[in-house]
Amino acid sequence: MRLEYLPSPSPWRQAAAVALAILAALGVAGLVFWAYGVPPLTAYATLLRGTLADPNGWAEVLRRAIPLILVGAGLSLAFRAQFYNIGAEGQIAIGATAAAGVALFWPIEAPWMLPTMFLAGFLAGAAYALVAALLRAGLGVNEILTTLMLNYIAYYLVQYLVQGPWRGRSLFGFAFTDPFPPQAVLPTLPGTLVHWPTLVLGVLLALLLQFLLSRTTLGFRLRVVGANPQAARYVGIPVGPTLLVAALITGGLAGLAGVGEVASIHKKLLDSSNITLGYGFSAIIVAYLARGQPAWAILTAFLMAVLFAGGDVLKVAFQMPFRVMDVFSGLFLLFLIASDFFAQHRVRWGR
Amino acid sequence: MAEPLLRLQNITKRFPGVVANDGVSLEVYPGEVLALLGENGAGKSTLVSILYGLYRPDAGQILLEGRPVHIGSPLEALRLGIGLVPQHPMLVGRHTVAENLALGIGSPLWPARRIVPLIERIAQGYGLEVNPMARIADLSPGEKQRVEIVRALLRGAKVLILDEPTSVLTPQEAQALFRVMRELRQAGKSLIFISHKLEEVLAIADRATVLRRGRVVGSLAASEASREKLALLMVGRNVSFERKRKPAELGEVVLQVEGLEARSNRGPLALRGVSFALRAGEVLGLAGVAGNGQSELVEVLAGLRRLEGGRVLLAGQPLGPNPAQLFAQGVAHIPEDRIQMGTVPSLSVAENLALRTFHRPPLARGWLTQPAAYRALAQERIRALDIATPGPATPTRLLSGGNIQKVILARELAGSPRLVLAVHPTYGLDVGATELVHQVLLQKAQQGAAVLLVSEDLEELLALCDRIGVLYQGSLKGPFAVEELSREQLGLLMTGGNLAA
Amino acid sequence: MEEVWAALLRSVIFGTPILIAALGNLLNERAGVVNLGVEGMMAVGALAAFATAQTTGSGGLGVLAGVLAGGLFTLPHAFVAISLRANQFVSGLALAMLGLGLAGLLGKRFEGQPLLAPLPEMPFVYLGFGLAVALWAFLYLTHAGLVLRSVGENPAAADLLGIPVYRVRYWAVAAGGMFAGLAGAFLAVSYRSSWTEGMTNQLGWIAIALTIFVAWEPLRAVLGAYFFGLLYYLGFALQDSAIPSVFLQALPYALVIVVLALVAWRRRQGAAPEALGLPYERGRR
Repeated sequence: MRLEYLPSPSPWRQAAAVALAILAALGVAGLVFWAYGVPPLTAYATLLRGTLADPNGWAEVLRRAIPLILVGAGLSLAFRAQFYNIGAEGQIAIGATAAAGVALFWPIEAPWMLPTMFLAGFLAGAAYALVAALLRAGLGVNEILTTLMLNYIAYYLVQYLVQGPWRGRSLFGFAFTDPFPPQAVLPTLPGTLVHWPTLVLGVLLALLLQFLLSRTTLGFRLRVVGANPQAARYVGIPVGPTLLVAALITGGLAGLAGVGEVASIHKKLLDSSNITLGYGFSAIIVAYLARGQPAWAILTAFLMAVLFAGGDVLKVAFQMPFRVMDVFSGLFLLFLIASDFFAQHRVRWGR
Repeated sequence: MAEPLLRLQNITKRFPGVVANDGVSLEVYPGEVLALLGENGAGKSTLVSILYGLYRPDAGQILLEGRPVHIGSPLEALRLGIGLVPQHPMLVGRHTVAENLALGIGSPLWPARRIVPLIERIAQGYGLEVNPMARIADLSPGEKQRVEIVRALLRGAKVLILDEPTSVLTPQEAQALFRVMRELRQAGKSLIFISHKLEEVLAIADRATVLRRGRVVGSLAASEASREKLALLMVGRNVSFERKRKPAELGEVVLQVEGLEARSNRGPLALRGVSFALRAGEVLGLAGVAGNGQSELVEVLAGLRRLEGGRVLLAGQPLGPNPAQLFAQGVAHIPEDRIQMGTVPSLSVAENLALRTFHRPPLARGWLTQPAAYRALAQERIRALDIATPGPATPTRLLSGGNIQKVILARELAGSPRLVLAVHPTYGLDVGATELVHQVLLQKAQQGAAVLLVSEDLEELLALCDRIGVLYQGSLKGPFAVEELSREQLGLLMTGGNLAA
Repeated sequence: MEEVWAALLRSVIFGTPILIAALGNLLNERAGVVNLGVEGMMAVGALAAFATAQTTGSGGLGVLAGVLAGGLFTLPHAFVAISLRANQFVSGLALAMLGLGLAGLLGKRFEGQPLLAPLPEMPFVYLGFGLAVALWAFLYLTHAGLVLRSVGENPAAADLLGIPVYRVRYWAVAAGGMFAGLAGAFLAVSYRSSWTEGMTNQLGWIAIALTIFVAWEPLRAVLGAYFFGLLYYLGFALQDSAIPSVFLQALPYALVIVVLALVAWRRRQGAAPEALGLPYERGRR
C-alpha cells in the first residue's frame, strides 16, 4: 500500500472525506452510548425525534444555532488569519456581563437599550480577545493557552459579580442578578426561545465577514497574514495589527452571542457556565467545518446545533450528563482533521 | 588497477514527467577521488539519493566490492560502508558534536561521553580538527562538514560521497577540505566528489564523470581533462566565460549608504559601519560567505530591519519606515527565500502578483478589491514573462521553482524601480530560468535602475556586476571594479584577507 | 512554624499531580509532539483508576489501570498528529474535549461513591519527585534519551541515521499519556479518593504551561509544580479572608498568562525543541 499526494483534490473528494468523517464520528459516539448503556440506534432515533422531527425541536435547534453562527463566523475569520482563538467561552461571558451591566445600571430608553447592550457586548468581547492577541503580536505568546486561561478568569469574574456586588436584591440565596428591565429583553418567536433579532444579526454578520474576507483589502491582508506571515512582513503588511483586527472581530462576535443569550433566554446575569454552555468550543468545529468561510458557518452552525439540541434531548431521555456534547465535539474534531489527510492523499495498492 | 570498490550499472530512475537518471554507469576504485559533474538538474542529486538509500532505482544494479547490493535506507548504506557528507549538514544544532556522533551507535549509558575517544582517534588519524564538546550551532559551515566526515568514518565508511561540499566554503576552507580528502585517498577510501565548479574538480579529482540530462556523457582521467573540455561536456555546447555585461553608463547616485550599523536576530552587530554608493544603471555585486551580514544589509535596505547607526539615502531621501513605503519609493526586493518569503503559496498567481499593489487602484477602489483588475493584471504578466501556469487562479504552490521566481520578478520589477535588491536570484534554478533572470536584471539596469546583487556564485557576480564588494564579519571591503578582481582575490577577501596594495 | 510546614506539605501534595502531568508532557514535547489533551488524559486516567479500584478493591490496580488508560487514550492523537501529520494543536484540543466528555459520561455511575481503601498521598509525592530525577537521567545520560531529544530537535537528521522517528514519537506520546493517567489516578484513588465530574480542575492545562515555564527541564519542573501547588493551597486556605475567594481561585490561570508572557519576553521561547509541533514527513525537509 502506498499513498499518493494530491496537490489539489477535487471539491467532491473533499466533501466525501468530510461526510465520511462525520459518519465515523457519529459511529464512534454510538459506541460510547452503548458503553453508557444506551443502544446507539435508540440514542440517535431519540436525538432525531427530539430535534428535526418535532416543531419544538426545530425551535431548540434554531436557538442553539444563534450563538454558534455568531461565534463560528468570527472563528472562521480568525482561523484564516491563523489566530487560534479557543477563548470564545470567556468572550461570550464577558460580552454577556457588559450587556448585563448596561441593562441593570444604565437606564436607557426602549429603542436604544438593546443596541447599546449589543455594542457594549461587542466591545467587551473584542477587548477581552485583544489581551491574548496583544500578547501574541507583541511577545509571540501562543494564544491557545492564553485564550483558554482567559476563559476561566472570565468565569471567576462573573462568579464574583453575581455572588457579590451585582447580586440581585430580589432573589435571596441565588447567585443571580436582578432580572433585566423589559426594554432590555429581546423578542422571541412566540412559544419558543428563538431570539430572532440575534439570529438575523448573526446571519447578516456572517455574510458581511465573508464579503470582508473575499472582497476587501482588509480581507486580503488577513488572508496573507494567515497564510504566510513572513511574506506579509516582506511586502509591508503589518502582521501584529492585522492579527489584532482578527482578534477584535472574533472576540466581538462572541461578545454579541453572549448578549443575545442573556437578553433573551436568561434575562439576567448568572453563573457563566450556564450562559456559554460550551458554545465557544463547539464553534471551533463549526469554523473547522466551514473551512475558513464565514458564510458557510451559517450552515455548519446549524449542523452542530442539531447535535447541541440533540445532546439536550439525550440528557433528559437517558439522564446523561452535559459532557455528552464534549464527546461529540472531540470526536468530530479528531475525525475532521484526520479526513483532511485522506482528502489530500489517494491510497494505492501495490507498488 | 584493482577491482572497483563501487560500481553502478545502468541505473535508471524516473519521476513523473522526467527521467532523472537514464542508464547511468560508473565505478570508483579504492584510493581514488571521482568527480561527478553536472549542471543543476543533470541528475547528480538523484544519483546520490540512490546511493544513500533514499530512492530506489527503477532499473540497474549497484555492486559493492563485486557483490550486488540492495540499499534500502541510509542506515543500510552506512552499514555497507557508504557514507554521505550532505550539502546541508544534517546535525542537531543544539546538541554537542559528541551527542550528534553518538546518535544511533552510542552505548546505552553515557553515549556522548563514551564516544569521545573514538572521535579523537579518527580526528587525529585524518587531520580533521573537531572539538567533541562544541555545540553544533556554534560551528562554522566548514567545521560542521568535518563533523559529517567524522560521522561517516566512525561508521566505517569505505566510500564517501561529498555533495557539493565547497558551496558553503570559502576558497581557503575548501583548500583545507581538499587536504583532508587527500588524506582519505591515501588511506584507501573511495571518494565521490560532487561539484559544478570546474577548477575544484581539476584540483582534486583523479577522474571526472560528467552527467547531462540524466545520462553519463563522458568520463575522463584528470590528466586528459581541461576546463574547456569539461564545460563542453556539461552544457553540450561551447560556453563563453565572457562577461555578459557591457560597460554601463552610470547616472545619479541612487543609493547612498553611510556608516550603516545593524544587529542580527541574535543581538550582536551584524553590520559594522558599511558605506557605499550605488548609481543608476549600475550593478553592484555583494560577495561573502553566508552569515557575514548580507541578509542584514538587504533587510535594512528593504525596510525589514532597523538600522542602529549610520544612514541610508535613497535618491537623497531617507528610507521610508516600512517595506510598503519603500516599494512606493522604488525599492524592489527579490528575496532569498522565494517560497517562504516571496510568495504566499496557498494564494493564486493573480493574488501573488497583487501582493505589492493590492491596496491601490486599479486593484482596489477604496476598501473594495476588483477581481476583474486582478485577472487582467495576471493575464498581462503571465504573457509578458511567459509564466507556465494553468491560469491566474492557480495557487503558486503548484508552480515550479523557476515559475515562482518569474511571478516574483513580474511583481517586483513591474513599475520602474530605482533600486533592485536581488538575493541569490538564480539559486536552484535551471539554465533557462537562470538566463532569464540575468536578462531581466541587466535590462532593468539598462533602463536606469541601480541593482544590488547578492550571490554566492562568483561566476554570476563576475559575469553581471560592474563592481563587487565583499562582506566579511559585517565590514564591507570595496567595492572594487570588476576588471581589477580575480576569483582568488575574491576568495581572499571573503576569508578576511586584504588585497596587497 | 508547624503550620507553615503543614501548609508547605499540602502545597507539595497538591503540586504533585501537576508535576507528574508536566513531566509526561515534557517527554512528548521533547520528542517534538505537542499534546494539548493532557486535561482529557488525566480525566480518563482518573476514571479508569477509580473504576478499577472500586470494583477490585485494590488501589494499586487502580493506579495501574489509570496509567494504561492514559497511555492508550493518546493513540488517536498520536495517529492523527504523527502518522497523518495533522495540526497537533487542534488534534490535542480534540483529545482534551473527548477525554473530558468520555470521563464525564462513563463516570456518571461512580459519582458520589466513596472509595473504601484510598491510597496514602506521600508515596505519590516521592514518586513524582523520583520520576523527575529519572526523567532527567533518561534524557541526558542514556542513548534512548539522546534519540528522543534528537527526534524532537531534528527528525530528518535522526531519520537519516535509521532512527525510527514515528515509533519514537508514538512511544513518547503514549508515555506522556501514561504520566497524565498517573496524575489523574493520584487524584481519584488518593488525593480525593472519589470520582466527580471535572475533578481534574484544569490541572492539565497548568501542566502544559508549566512545561514551557520550566524550559522543558524536568528538574526545574519540580519547583514550578510545587509553586503552583502553593497557589492552589492558598486558594483554599484563604477562603474566609478579606480577599474574595474567587480571585484566589482565578489566580493560577492569571499566573499562567503572566508566566507565559514573562517566558516569551525573556527568551522569546528559544528553549523549545526545534521541531516542536511540526509534523515530520520523510523527504520534505
